Amino acid sequence: MTKAEKQAEEIREISGSDPWKCMKCGKCSASCPSYDEMDIKPHQFVSYILQDNVEALAQSRSLWKCLSCFACVERCPRDVQPGRLVDAARQLVVRQRGQDYLKADEIPELLDPELPQQLLVSAFRRYRR
Amino acid sequence: MKYSYYPGCTLKNKAKDLDTCARASAQALGVELEELSDWQCCGGVYPLGSDEIATKLSSVRALAQAKEKGQALVTLCSACHHVIKRVNDDMKHVEDVRDKANRYLQLPEPYAGETQVLHFLEVLRDQVGFDTIREKVVKPFTGVKIGAYYGCLLLRPGKIMAFDDPENPKLMEDFIRAIGGEPVLYPYRNECCGGYSSLKEKELAGSMSKTILRNAEGFGAQMLITACPLCQYNLNQAPVDLPVHYFTELLAEALGVKEEVQGH
Repeated sequence: MTKAEKQAEEIREISGSDPWKCMKCGKCSASCPSYDEMDIKPHQFVSYILQDNVEALAQSRSLWKCLSCFACVERCPRDVQPGRLVDAARQLVVRQRGQDYLKADEIPELLDPELPQQLLVSAFRRYRR
Repeated sequence: MKYSYYPGCTLKNKAKDLDTCARASAQALGVELEELSDWQCCGGVYPLGSDEIATKLSSVRALAQAKEKGQALVTLCSACHHVIKRVNDDMKHVEDVRDKANRYLQLPEPYAGETQVLHFLEVLRDQVGFDTIREKVVKPFTGVKIGAYYGCLLLRPGKIMAFDDPENPKLMEDFIRAIGGEPVLYPYRNECCGGYSSLKEKELAGSMSKTILRNAEGFGAQMLITACPLCQYNLNQAPVDLPVHYFTELLAEALGVKEEVQGH
């Protein structure tokens, strides 16, 4: 098994989702509120994993644009749950040492007096190990 | 009607109104909310990875405590509700999560998803009843056009959250009618406000929130109501002059108990 195949397998495991069920209807991308911001679109995410092209996903800015709004999860007619695949790719990145998207020293300047605690803990969970 | 109550971290700090107005309203409606002792932060987002266990334990502790007391667990914050409800679903249906969580926690009795998790809006709809609320309203929002902002977390995934129809919900509109207001249906009421992206991807969240507010304004809303502190924050950051309140603030006002709430 090559490294890429192993990583794709890892994403399938972490996500608990089966990308082979995808019938490429595109409903996930049509539903995604971050579609315009994504370099790899939700429906493409599924294909990349099927092709073991994890390196491209790991570099993709889509990882940080997904909002976990579950619109794609709700509307997928095949229960592929693209949002879980995106999260699994994100986990694969942030679980590596030094790969946090949100660094501790940049946090102070991102704060403002109205910012709810909920925002900090949520961003920590999604953007950091 | 007595329930275990999980407020969550933001309701003890930036979103005090969501909490205090709910408590005052609950009392007026004969609902007893008993705050859990030593509850811990839910983490804000549901850990999606199927191998995530430690990040679910704080929810399991809250759920197990409610089970011990023989009470349903009530939440107010959309995010807490989402996380706790989904972790409960895992504890009920996912053997691997259930086994590992129980092995770690060593509870007096293993937890397997027995607790019923209810959002306060569900308590109002299903336990109190909107007709009862209507009868107890002393200061109705007559003629006020109010838009319900559901956002994502209460509704999706619909199969697990089972809160309302995820594409065409009506719970909050019924709530608005019960307090005498006029609900405004607008298409973006269940679109995402940008969520946690507003910490580091401020432009992304900003444009989403602006679109939602413009849409609601265009359909004639004079104000929006939400159950989520992060939605309120994100919407308030957008340069559109449309007030966003917690639904419990309006409820307390309609029931005539808002003055009793500290700070008002």
